[in-house]
Amino acid sequence: MLALTVENLKKRYKTGTEALKGVSLTIPAGDFFGLLGPNGAGKTTIIGIVTGLVNKTEGLVSVFGHDIDKEPERAKARIGLVGQEVNFNPFEKPFDIVVNQGGYYGIPRSIAIPRAKKLLHDLGIGEKMMQGSMTLSGGMKRRLMIARALIHQPRFLILDEPTAGVDVELRRGMWDYLRSLTADGLTILLTTHYLEEAEQLCKNIAIINKGEIVAKGTMAEILAMHESAESEKSDYRGGRLEEVFIKLTQQK
Amino acid sequence: MTPRELWTSFYTMLRKDIVRMFRIWIQTFLPSIITSVLYFLIFGTVLGSQIGEMQGVSYMKFVVPGLVMLAIVTTSYANTSFTFFASKFFARSIDEILVSPTPPWLLIAGFVGGGMVRGILVGMLVLLVSLFFTGLHLAMYNVLIIFGFAILTALVFALAGLVNGIYAKSIDGINIVPTFILTPLVYLGGIFYSVHDLPAWWQNITYANPLFYLINGFRYGFLGITDVSLVTSIGILVSMVVILVATNWYFIRTGLGLKQ
Repeated sequence: MLALTVENLKKRYKTGTEALKGVSLTIPAGDFFGLLGPNGAGKTTIIGIVTGLVNKTEGLVSVFGHDIDKEPERAKARIGLVGQEVNFNPFEKPFDIVVNQGGYYGIPRSIAIPRAKKLLHDLGIGEKMMQGSMTLSGGMKRRLMIARALIHQPRFLILDEPTAGVDVELRRGMWDYLRSLTADGLTILLTTHYLEEAEQLCKNIAIINKGEIVAKGTMAEILAMHESAESEKSDYRGGRLEEVFIKLTQQK
Repeated sequence: MTPRELWTSFYTMLRKDIVRMFRIWIQTFLPSIITSVLYFLIFGTVLGSQIGEMQGVSYMKFVVPGLVMLAIVTTSYANTSFTFFASKFFARSIDEILVSPTPPWLLIAGFVGGGMVRGILVGMLVLLVSLFFTGLHLAMYNVLIIFGFAILTALVFALAGLVNGIYAKSIDGINIVPTFILTPLVYLGGIFYSVHDLPAWWQNITYANPLFYLINGFRYGFLGITDVSLVTSIGILVSMVVILVATNWYFIRTGLGLKQ
């Protein structure tokens, strides 16, 4: 069973920028998948199209077999999104943000309220859930967005740079939490600029550069592309994935 | 989504907006009441005493329906245009709904519902205020027509406000229409005068103003007098509803002004 199927996906913005040049990729159900690429490579555009926030120019996208054009409601019902930017009303309380999000998915308050409380407590913002969201720290805002994305118990969680600006200790806590979610069968698509994060978490990865997939495979396959002799010559001191990443994205 | 899930989504949007408007009632309800008190004082009490009667009723009673309608029009419009614009422009919280399975028509219903609730509530408050200026005596010729016109008008202008909120690209974009189009149309729509008191050329211009038909229909509900046929007024309101629903649906469905 595939959680996500993307075939020949193209996106040209009104400005003429060709953000995606025929991207194809699949993510099996239950996978922890990393989509890596430099800034402007097209990662967020892919996520925008899959979640219905960006119109595609061409191509097919389906989520658990539901075409996003023919069955958008069924496809969306299976996705939880943690976007790159903080996108909630800062005047609302975390509790209300999460409960209301459940409402948009058709979950009545009687079910959403206990579920929201548990999620907010599990993510360490239970004590602040009745305060204005603007009072939360950067890391708490990120965790609030994860709680909001999980309120409808999606089968496919999309995380667009979820740990950006989060300190090391908190980041590791979030890794453990995400690992526990995949252990329960949730499929995760992760984009991140912290390559050691992808190396720690992802089973499969794809590297995208300038709107094209330049490498994809299991983490072991991608890491096998590392040539130690070459890295020693260039005096590079990063991790193996980071080295492969730089090699592939610079080639393009 | 099942009908129950659709209802839950609609209820969530409506509840959220109602909670917001009551939390900041000083901004959402009070201004319209203060404005209407000024209108009643200036046009009703001060100028009205000089004018005497219009179409057989006291000038104060003549202007009450128009002022209630003015409050409904401006409030329902402002509510949807601002809440939608704010949700897409500040913090981009509209994405919360766009990523959910809530269909486009329900998103429209949710925002419009909030605008209608605020429009009707403000209209009722202005009507209550008018009782102080009419000596607690206000004629109601046909309550059904009064409520029918109030609801239809709130619907039309909440829909119009949503079009504006979707299309606006800056905060100025949601102020231009109320300032340069809506307010002149309302003032020239016969709140303070009967169209029969105007010169022929101005009468013809007034007949092209859709607000004129709404105000007249509403006034008929209170006083039993009107400058135009009630059927025409209802026909124009319903036509506006159809056009505005189609426009909003097209905008949301295609993502115009919302999606890249």
